Amino acid sequence: MKYRIEKYRLILLLTVIATVGGCSSMGVDPWDRDLLAKSSMAINSSPLDQSIDDHIYFSKEAASGGRSFAGGGCGCN
Amino acid sequence: MIANAETTIDDTGKLNIKFVLDSLTGASANGAIAQDTIQTFSRPSGNGQYDIAAGTTPLDDTFRDTRAQLNISWSDLISPESDYTYTLGTNLSKEFDFQSIGFSAELARDFNQKNTTISGGFSAAAEEYNPKGAIPIGLTSMAIRDNFATEELFDTAFEATRGSSSETISSAEFLLGWTQVVNRSTLMQFNYGYADKSGYLTDPFKIVSVINNQGIAQDYIYESRPETRTQHSVFGMVKKHLDESVIDFSYRYTTDDWEIDSHTFDLHWHIFTDGGSFWEPHIRFYQQSAADFYSTYLVQGEDVPQFISADYRIGDMSSITLGLKYGFEVNEDQRAEVRLEYYRQTPKSVSSERVSGLDNLDLYPELDAIYLQVNYYF
Repeated sequence: MKYRIEKYRLILLLTVIATVGGCSSMGVDPWDRDLLAKSSMAINSSPLDQSIDDHIYFSKEAASGGRSFAGGGCGCN
Repeated sequence: MIANAETTIDDTGKLNIKFVLDSLTGASANGAIAQDTIQTFSRPSGNGQYDIAAGTTPLDDTFRDTRAQLNISWSDLISPESDYTYTLGTNLSKEFDFQSIGFSAELARDFNQKNTTISGGFSAAAEEYNPKGAIPIGLTSMAIRDNFATEELFDTAFEATRGSSSETISSAEFLLGWTQVVNRSTLMQFNYGYADKSGYLTDPFKIVSVINNQGIAQDYIYESRPETRTQHSVFGMVKKHLDESVIDFSYRYTTDDWEIDSHTFDLHWHIFTDGGSFWEPHIRFYQQSAADFYSTYLVQGEDVPQFISADYRIGDMSSITLGLKYGFEVNEDQRAEVRLEYYRQTPKSVSSERVSGLDNLDLYPELDAIYLQVNYYF
């Protein structure tokens, strides 16, 4: 089981490295940012919803963070 | 209730202030299992007790709290025209029996005409519990008034289960991020997070049933958790602009040294409609494995482990969230959003119990919740 997990981690790492390698050819010119500039395309387009969800899931589930800091600040877990 | 204000200073500086006021009421599971008879529990403060009907999962109805939280963050370019952006933040949170203070710092650098952003951040926090009736000593038996002849005898027994009046938790986190514009309509983000917590990680309000071979509760002991926890997380997100909508998909994997592994899939579909309004369906799936010290109950005669908790939140379980949001423009400067979310949590039941007598009882109750949220921007 442990071996399988390690193997998956290695595959994940290789995938990430492969993706990074192709990164120099990615991207757009500044004048092609019309869609990316929309608020709905922002990395965190609904920060209020996000902070409410983080708080709800933090109080009901064992995992937290990932998108941002795992945090705490709540006597509920 | 959340109030959030953001203002831009000198073109690039952003000040964000968020104030949260939560009023939490309602009962929460105390960790004990359902029984065929009425069960009686002492309140966490030692003042009074509550009864739970036969066949019902024990919930502590004492739970009532108000939480006030203040977050302030400031971000700006290191110097005009710089590729580096820094963010500094602080947060304060206060409840009746809990308080926390934290700060964070992050540095991000843009490369490749701002198509690539690499960031690194650090955060630290200190938290303190000071519950009414002090902190229970882990693994001691809950004293129940009915089992004692006089109030004085009960008070003495209850006091014997009490440790210090307050306990603290300190935590430190690192977060590394990489955001990449793929093409005109697609971007993606990958994060790695490391979180280390130490101190009092036990829940002072949770207990564990001690049952005999017939499945009948003989005793309830206060739970006990390790004093350290280290979590790693990997997060990946893809966001794509389609013809008339935006798809936002993310996956998160976490693993920690309590042996809790989790997978989270999250999908938002933001559909543009006429006049600046939109619909946004949402689906989220979550699954976690149990902490290695999680146990639904303890059987009398078995060795009492150093750490044990029957808290469903660190047990084997999965959950699903279904949501729908509608947003519209009220006028030129104001817009509103209404969001409805349905959450269902399903604990994984064990196919055969260690003792008989539990077959007719629901030891793994499902949990349902509905949230209605209204956002108003002005």
